[in-house]
Amino acid sequence: MSAKIDAIRQIARRLLSEGKVDMVIGFQKGTLPMMNEPCFVRKAEEADRLVWDSHCGINLANYVTDRKERIAVVAKGCDSRNLVNHVIENKIKREKLHIIGVCCDGMLDKRLIAQRSQTEAQAEVDAVEEKDGVVSVKAGALLWQAPRAELLQDNCKRCRHRNPVLYDELVGEPVAEKPEDDYEDVKRIEAMSPDEKWAHFEDMLSTCIRCYACRNACPLCYCPTCFVDESRPQWVGKSQDPIDIRTFHFLRAYHCAGRCTDCGSCERACPMGIPVRQFTRKLNKDCEELYGWQAGLSLDQRPALDTYNPNDPNDFIR
Amino acid sequence: MKVIRISKTEWQGGLDKARTGYGLYGPVKEGQDDHAFRPLAPGEFPDMSYKNSKMSPKELVHPQSEPMFQYNLNPADPDHDIMREIAKDATAKAVIGIRPCDADAFLLVKRNFDTPIYRDPYWVTAFESFTKIGFACNQACSATAFCTSAGSGPFHDAGLDVLLVDTGESYLAKVVTDKGQHFLDVCGFSAPAADAASQIESLQKKAESTIASSVNTDKLKDQVTTELYDAPFWEEISFACINCGTCTFSCPTCWCFDIQDETKGKQGVRMRNWDSCMYPLFTLHGSGHNPRGTKVHRVRQRFMHKLKYYVDKYQDGIQCVGCGRCIRLCPVNIDIRKVCNMMNGYTACSCAVS
Amino acid sequence: MQNPYLPYPVKIDDIVVETEDKNLKTFTFVFLNPADEERFAYRSGQFAELSVTGKGEIPIGIASSPSEKGFVKFTVNKVGLVSSYLHNMQKGDIMGIRGPLGNSYPWDVLKGKNVVIIGGGFAFTTLRSSIVYMLANRQDFGKITVIYGARTPGMLLYRDELMAWEKRDDIDMHITVDGTNDPNWKYNVGFVPTITEKKAPQADDDTYAIICGPPIMIKFTQPVLDKAGYAHDHIIMSLENRMKCGIGMCGRCNVGKDFVCKDGPVFTLAQLNTMPKEY
Repeated sequence: MSAKIDAIRQIARRLLSEGKVDMVIGFQKGTLPMMNEPCFVRKAEEADRLVWDSHCGINLANYVTDRKERIAVVAKGCDSRNLVNHVIENKIKREKLHIIGVCCDGMLDKRLIAQRSQTEAQAEVDAVEEKDGVVSVKAGALLWQAPRAELLQDNCKRCRHRNPVLYDELVGEPVAEKPEDDYEDVKRIEAMSPDEKWAHFEDMLSTCIRCYACRNACPLCYCPTCFVDESRPQWVGKSQDPIDIRTFHFLRAYHCAGRCTDCGSCERACPMGIPVRQFTRKLNKDCEELYGWQAGLSLDQRPALDTYNPNDPNDFIR
Repeated sequence: MKVIRISKTEWQGGLDKARTGYGLYGPVKEGQDDHAFRPLAPGEFPDMSYKNSKMSPKELVHPQSEPMFQYNLNPADPDHDIMREIAKDATAKAVIGIRPCDADAFLLVKRNFDTPIYRDPYWVTAFESFTKIGFACNQACSATAFCTSAGSGPFHDAGLDVLLVDTGESYLAKVVTDKGQHFLDVCGFSAPAADAASQIESLQKKAESTIASSVNTDKLKDQVTTELYDAPFWEEISFACINCGTCTFSCPTCWCFDIQDETKGKQGVRMRNWDSCMYPLFTLHGSGHNPRGTKVHRVRQRFMHKLKYYVDKYQDGIQCVGCGRCIRLCPVNIDIRKVCNMMNGYTACSCAVS
Repeated sequence: MQNPYLPYPVKIDDIVVETEDKNLKTFTFVFLNPADEERFAYRSGQFAELSVTGKGEIPIGIASSPSEKGFVKFTVNKVGLVSSYLHNMQKGDIMGIRGPLGNSYPWDVLKGKNVVIIGGGFAFTTLRSSIVYMLANRQDFGKITVIYGARTPGMLLYRDELMAWEKRDDIDMHITVDGTNDPNWKYNVGFVPTITEKKAPQADDDTYAIICGPPIMIKFTQPVLDKAGYAHDHIIMSLENRMKCGIGMCGRCNVGKDFVCKDGPVFTLAQLNTMPKEY
């Protein structure tokens, strides 16, 4: 891991001292275990603040939206796919962007690790260390270990694009990619009866506090005024009415259809731990099945729902 | 100091007696490892094994959504278009097991809602209807807790009517107010614990020693407000922020709200809903101008309000009880302890202004 | 416990279109319960929340004067959801008024003093209230000077009253427009700061200036007053910020530790100098 940190710092230092970019956006060490904080560095001598490890789950593409500076940004596979989205959707100019691609081994699921520590030791996580594919967690008096692969974020377990798809320089050796996604999680919900589905989503959203962290953590959600914030007309009420809450989640997911890269930022950001990817994953699956489309893989192709092709399957419209 | 000893064997029986005079509320398990304050159904008891609730119990007094008035838009109705008050529930309630920091937070919020000029009838009625049976923390709830340096503490009894201390086999109930004494009477808890003072004191000392983190606040009141406002560190502090407002929703001392009319057909209610200084809409003028139009403005507002404007206004304390929720729940690790220390230690100098 | 969020029910008694762009209308309200009018005792410079049932509330400065009885008046710019709906309402419609709110101009300080009123555009509403109030209590004040400008003659509020005040000799009126092609325009042409420079009296301890207008006007008028020697505690301003509750509870309108709705909207420039510029 530390080799990657060295490489990132070196690149950042070089870019800044040569005046190639105005700022480097990356992660700095957080104040809590399993947390790193997105940060920027403007001076070469501050490049040593940048870190890289298994706790860089936030999607940094979210931080370049509409910025005017020349930016270098640290990007794992999913971040790079969102940068592709951003370029296609004119939210950032490719030539203003220097992408420091990082070959990603997947991010650890902080919630999973915290929950297991809580359940087994009624303790908070004090420290997390990794060696040879094994994660060691210290929580109070307890020390527990598990294979890294078991503790990855769900989206990372399923990820097929760990290597950046768009970059100016690459950090780390490319990792082997998973060939396909079985969408077993989506299929499980698809198999439910309408009533079961309704009950499932009702239960899932019952703790939502409408903070919109899922929306705000998402690089796709950059509308100047989100539909939930619109007052004329007011599409969605502002109270804790469950119908309004569901409307928000369903519509948010649809706004991401054909654009979502399953980076998991939404789920990671949710303070209540709601698995909001269940909505976006369904639409990702549909896009893939109907159009053979995965978002953010190429600068040369418009998103599936942004183009028309006479051969498009359109049974669902008829 | 009057202290009553409650044996754990008589605990549930006593609470059952209390149900005759009080609606009971307490921490119940929600989801895998979370707790929330909820009304306790008959036969249901507070989960006294909890550390603290994920969200603060402020919602007991200041619900996220609360109807204020009802109205009728039918022109045939003689009452049409006139706001009518909705009856407020002033029946006696007791919240069992609230933590000292969260109870103290109500007192901070009270300064906003219960003023010499205006009293907020919703908040004040709900606040006064509650008897608060606090539960001392025998150890820090989290490494992020910094209550002892934020004017509160694990055994702090400000804002409480009774403070319960868990000694293992029994609870020591420190009577803080007459309201608290009344609650204990209704429960039938009356065994005096004459020797308890020293036991409480030693447990308190032990508990306080487990609070591992702290903030410095001593210089905040002497900082010049406009200098702190113009300090160069706000861009850096706010960079990671995604303006989700989770910090404000989970905070026991944040109270901001919005007022909205919600109409269905010809009937409607004027509601109030939590709002947040993290949201651009919060301060957006009708003209399109926004005095806090960037996230730097908004993040600065949150910290300045808690750690400077409040200090300026009341010349006392900070608007924070050190519960640590905003630190634990922030998706991008913005840490009020770090910011507080930066603000406290700030020295304005011409070289720092970019 | 009295509910400070409960509006008094009122009926729209009159609606006047004020400006040629029809974006400003003055609404006259009468209280459905006469006793509410007494409860609504107000001072010039205060505002109220106009409550349109089913739409919401908007904070609007009170344009009538405490010396005018039997009604209250508000001039409303058509901007957002509530004001747009209000602009389509009719005489006789029922709605609500909540207030009075805010601190008003400092009438205890201004008593016996010379008052210079500088206004621009549609921010003249509480200034109208103040002028009517001062003229009704003329013996309580020294010299009264008014400088009021709008883009065009058709954008001036309360034109009939302005003309009537022009004819009086106990008030010094300086009406101005940014420009006009009306050959009959017999008043000033020029921006408010320019006219202020020419017409405002020199500062002294007994002269106070009240400024209310768009930010750009305030920005260029303030140096003029500085030059004329006005001390910053003799320059009085009224702020605007987004509000909801109007009583210092909901949290959005603060500037530093002060709420514009409760501690303001009126502040002296000396006070504003110590506050962050979040308005």
